[in-house]
Amino acid sequence: MNAIAPFEWILATRFMREGLMQTLLIVAGVALGVAVIVFMSALLSGLQGNLFRRTLNYQAQIVILPPKEVARPLREQRGVASAAVVQPRAQRLKSVDQWQTVRDQVARLPGVVAIAPVVSGAGFVLRAEASKSVGITGMEPASYLRLIALSDKIVAGSADLSTSGMLVGTELAKDLGVAMGDKLTLQTATGASVTLTISGIFDFGNKGQNSRSVYVALRTAQSLLDLPGGVTSLEVNVSDPFAAELMAQTIQAQTGLEVDSWIVTNAQFFSAMSAQSLSNDVIRFFVGLTAALGIASVLVVSVVQKSKEIGILRATGTSRRQILRLFLLQGALMGLMGSLVGSVMGWAFLIGWRGMAKNADGTPLFSIAFEPMLFVYAAAGATLVGTIAAVFPAQRAARLDPAVAIRG
Amino acid sequence: MAEVTDAPTLRLEGVRKSYGIGTAVELEVLHGIDLTLQKGEFAALIGPSGSGKSTLLNMIGLLDAPTGGQIFIAGQTTSGLADRLLTRLRADSIGFVFHYHNLLPEFTAQENVMLPLLAARGRPDDDMRAKSADLIAKVGLAAWSQYKTNDLSGGQQQRVAIARALIMQPALVLADEPTGNLDTQSADGVFDLLRSVNASSRTTFLIVTHDPRLAQRCDRIIELVDGRIDSDRANVAEHLAAAGASAAAVLPAAA
Repeated sequence: MNAIAPFEWILATRFMREGLMQTLLIVAGVALGVAVIVFMSALLSGLQGNLFRRTLNYQAQIVILPPKEVARPLREQRGVASAAVVQPRAQRLKSVDQWQTVRDQVARLPGVVAIAPVVSGAGFVLRAEASKSVGITGMEPASYLRLIALSDKIVAGSADLSTSGMLVGTELAKDLGVAMGDKLTLQTATGASVTLTISGIFDFGNKGQNSRSVYVALRTAQSLLDLPGGVTSLEVNVSDPFAAELMAQTIQAQTGLEVDSWIVTNAQFFSAMSAQSLSNDVIRFFVGLTAALGIASVLVVSVVQKSKEIGILRATGTSRRQILRLFLLQGALMGLMGSLVGSVMGWAFLIGWRGMAKNADGTPLFSIAFEPMLFVYAAAGATLVGTIAAVFPAQRAARLDPAVAIRG
Repeated sequence: MAEVTDAPTLRLEGVRKSYGIGTAVELEVLHGIDLTLQKGEFAALIGPSGSGKSTLLNMIGLLDAPTGGQIFIAGQTTSGLADRLLTRLRADSIGFVFHYHNLLPEFTAQENVMLPLLAARGRPDDDMRAKSADLIAKVGLAAWSQYKTNDLSGGQQQRVAIARALIMQPALVLADEPTGNLDTQSADGVFDLLRSVNASSRTTFLIVTHDPRLAQRCDRIIELVDGRIDSDRANVAEHLAAAGASAAAVLPAAA
């Protein structure tokens, strides 16, 4: 009925104020723990967010491909032994069958935020005597730019391609001595070629990518790679990147196509991130446990110290529930105060760290995520931990036999 | 003085208490106590150490349950009541005065007096502040009401404890050697205070004491020997001489 009445509040705060040294020590202990958690979490989420952006902004989370072509040896017949070497088939460029239907079907799945058809293949860029081999990516800007943050990397022109335009990397442009508005010829191994105007130059911050990839319009790539109306893959982004593999398996089961998620194609990166998150969770758990044990031990001692007073309170009409709440409240208050102090400390650490850990050019080494909810979670978590830690001491206090407790 | 109430303040019927039940060292310390205290009585409970006085007091105060017999407080049975109901009955009907150090040192004198009311009502209000200030004044500590209890003398602490025992206007006040740790002068003062409260409010008192001098100032002397009531006699003439003067000294008149 009356959850936490001021009676318990008055007693709890007075008890804690009288045992000031104990209170301060445990609050300092909890605060340090919370500060470490806040600092580590902010650092790690900043770090991971950064890596994550670098990895996922420039690749799709899920790629839907046509099924691999397999060699089918003849069925063995009874009494006839065949001596054949079955070689795996070379995979030619192939369109996803009925990709428009697949696209619409996948787009309707809950959690899918963007899907784009892509035609990709190999070719050469020719200019006068020079030729460079490149990967050609054909895409529709309307859908593709929602998937890949290509616009952010454009240093000249725009990512909005027309059928006669192309995007090249800074390195390639330099090698070929071309600039915006210049024309380049794209040719494939089968001899098809098309001449396009450079409408944008990008810089991915990666020399390989900058010298070996070009973007063209979807239709241009289709005709160039002899896939009229077809696409070689559908690229998909989902709202929760970590659910990408599950989604990939769902799509694979529904369509029978080959579906890869970034989790599989970047297994090493993903497992490194998971290990980081796991180690952070482990540290959080043990820091929380340490804080809980600290609070519990302070309260256990307090119950022993105050057993006579508890007996007197019981004799003068204080109920067991009130005694129980009195100690639960003390635990909660210790947790809450510790988390408030700890949040401020953690925040100060972060500011200091940001000031110290810098690149040579003065930019911060890590981007640190100042997530206000982190402090709210820390406060709520520490209060909860404090309350749970207080359960055992509070039960002990409530079960004290007043007659025995008063006698001392 | 014939203020007849429906039921006596306290009635014990064959109250027994054993320790270590079911073990090899089972020991019965109270062997069937029958006792009745009427409203307004002022009784002393005396007896040698180990006679079961404190055990009996704890059971009357509902801090401990008897292993046999029944206890009635103001006519209401207390056997088999849940802890919550016992706590409420204890809060409403019984005031405790223990011997020495029975106040909470974290609180001021007045706050200590207020605590039982605060526990019962849940949150502080002006009424309990007024009541506690009034009681603190009645026990002669108006000037000390905002002192922490550790800053008070033993006699003053005991007066605060008496004020605390009275704030719920209990039917029965149990005092366990209330003057045990006090010098003679303070002890007399505290005892006078108890008598005057009894005289003015007709609160029933049961006082455990070792001090024969104080026992002689009670209206009734119950002697417990080896867990049995050995004697139970009225002591009217004695107290009239002693109480008359000192009660008036502490309390001007019935409030």
